[in-house]
Amino acid sequence: MKVGLFIPCYIDQFYPQVAISTFQLLQKLGCDVSFPLNQSCCGQPMANSGFSALSSGCDKNFISNFNCFDYIVAPSGSCVLHIKQHLHDEQNPQVAAHIRSHVYELTEFLVDVLKVEAIDASFYHKVGWHTSCHGQRGLQLSSMSELMVPSFSKPEKLLRMVKGLQLSKPLRADECCGFGGTFCVFEEAVSVKMGKDRIKEHAVNEIEYIASADVSCLMHLEGILNRNGSAVKTIHIAEILNSNA
Amino acid sequence: MKGMNHAKAAEQFIADEPRTDWHDETLWFVRQKRDKAAHGLPEWEQLREWASQIKNHTLSNLNNYLIEFEQKAQANGITVHWAADGADHNRIIYDIIQKNNIQKIVKSKSMLTEECGLNEFLHAKGVETIDTDLGERIVQLRHEAPSHIVLPAIHLKKQDVSDTFHEHLHTEKGNNDPQYLTEAARQHLREKFIESELAITGVNFAVAETGGFVVCTNEGNADMGAHAASIHIACMGFEKIIPKAEHLAVFLRLLARSATGQPITTYSSHFKKPRDGQQMHIVIVDNGRTKQLGRADFRNSLKCIRCAACFNTCPVYRRSGGHSYHTAVAGPIGSILNPNIDMKANADLPFASTLCGSCSNVCPVKIDIHEQLWKWRQVLTEEGYVDSGKKIGMKGMAFVLARPALYRFAGKATRWMMQTFPFIAKNKLNPWYKQREMPEPPKQSFRDWYLKQKKA
Repeated sequence: MKVGLFIPCYIDQFYPQVAISTFQLLQKLGCDVSFPLNQSCCGQPMANSGFSALSSGCDKNFISNFNCFDYIVAPSGSCVLHIKQHLHDEQNPQVAAHIRSHVYELTEFLVDVLKVEAIDASFYHKVGWHTSCHGQRGLQLSSMSELMVPSFSKPEKLLRMVKGLQLSKPLRADECCGFGGTFCVFEEAVSVKMGKDRIKEHAVNEIEYIASADVSCLMHLEGILNRNGSAVKTIHIAEILNSNA
Repeated sequence: MKGMNHAKAAEQFIADEPRTDWHDETLWFVRQKRDKAAHGLPEWEQLREWASQIKNHTLSNLNNYLIEFEQKAQANGITVHWAADGADHNRIIYDIIQKNNIQKIVKSKSMLTEECGLNEFLHAKGVETIDTDLGERIVQLRHEAPSHIVLPAIHLKKQDVSDTFHEHLHTEKGNNDPQYLTEAARQHLREKFIESELAITGVNFAVAETGGFVVCTNEGNADMGAHAASIHIACMGFEKIIPKAEHLAVFLRLLARSATGQPITTYSSHFKKPRDGQQMHIVIVDNGRTKQLGRADFRNSLKCIRCAACFNTCPVYRRSGGHSYHTAVAGPIGSILNPNIDMKANADLPFASTLCGSCSNVCPVKIDIHEQLWKWRQVLTEEGYVDSGKKIGMKGMAFVLARPALYRFAGKATRWMMQTFPFIAKNKLNPWYKQREMPEPPKQSFRDWYLKQKKA
């Protein structure tokens, strides 16, 4: 199974440890993983700001990097959702369609494609789970509190396989953290207030880490935690699933 | 309200953090009540689907149903008026007022009359309208607009109401007892009902097959007005139409559960024909709705039944307050309706969202609200309603990110600069840094690591 590792630009530049964990985890699980060297950004920052017309360059580059894989996997629900919904190429519509239907967020790939039932990982810490909206409501990684349907969660299913991990959830289990792409700077006051409120609910559970399947939410929450001198750290689910500590 | 910007107004709202927390928690409580009520119906998701399909069907056959409704209503003795826009709507109502030489008017909740600016219009003509919904009366006394379409005074605390009533209704200063204040409002409004000559109400559902209409309230104020006055004018946006009376069985079950978590509104009043000696009028308003109906991407926003579930669930609305949306209908639904009415004035609204998607999930008629927010962003950008600075920034970003070598150079340069000259990012001009630390820039990118371990 040829897996193309799609590493969102800001993870590549600022959170390489998340990408390393994803890469190592997929290798451990027997995938033939490679990282196409000329990838950059999926184009989401432009598209979500109203400039989807400017993202064709990114689309083209994405397609030229990822046109030869069985699956494309990324440790970010948000970027995967963007590709799934908006990747287009007028010259190669079939290639674009293949990519759109074969791009997976890491946890859904592990649960739905690899059908992982056990993971050799341990993480002896108290972890609060942050549900990221695009992964949850966009990719349906877990059931949503608004809908009257049976509950499930792909990321939680995986976390339950990790030795020593104590999982907790905030009271409002799937409220947005306020990152929202460029929202975090254009609506700075609301964005930060939303983040502070998420952190407050996690703090009640006396956690050591806030974990999520999306680094963008974590970057925002980490920024607030660090500014306020909190001891709580943020961690991506790939780092937990790849750890033996 | 013109010229306001959501981000700035929200920042002012949040400056009072305890009050923001209170606002957030109060509305979250309403959202929880909605969840509980919805959980009580095993067929909830099926009801939403039916409601959506009925509304979609109706929007596709609107011309027929509106004509059918008009014919049936006229046959029942109701006078039907058609208003192309808000000005037309106001003029029609003013004509009825003048023709009948009316002085005393009461009005129950109608977001359409807020949309059309009826109160201000009549005030300018020297005609006073008394809002009889308790929340609306409170904000009217304060010369404010409703901040929520179902809970118009939700931005106010009981001490604010006490102060307002002390000033206008001469209640005891500092008496914050809700029962005392409600009783004062009841006495005040009772007098207005008895005096009234003309009652204006909204319309929740207009039934094509019967020519009748349904008005939902919890206070019975629409009924008090309509039954006491000799003229009843009901105002409706044309999307309020439903084909059959049996469809009420779907919508009435969804409306109050979505809005407040009640199984049904306290009063769901069916009006069909004027009583002896009474005049009954219906004003059917377009005001941009035809235009919205013609926008393929946004047409189904007209399915809205104004329950405000999207307000209550919206994490941005709960922390920014209704007035920050500077429009009659605030919240997520307002952010997809208002750009249709005025793109320039409301270009900020589709950006007042993280696109979290909770609004679409609670919507009882399944409007894809967050997807329409995204689409409005594209339209507003194409039509040139976004800041030119933002445009230049986005163009630059798109240029760099489409060129892998340039992207790698820029990434490396940024990390190097952040390490070497941290003040470049860590300053007050950077909105990220105002209340958040910057991420710690690593020495190498993932790509650097990947190439190294491949060689090894």
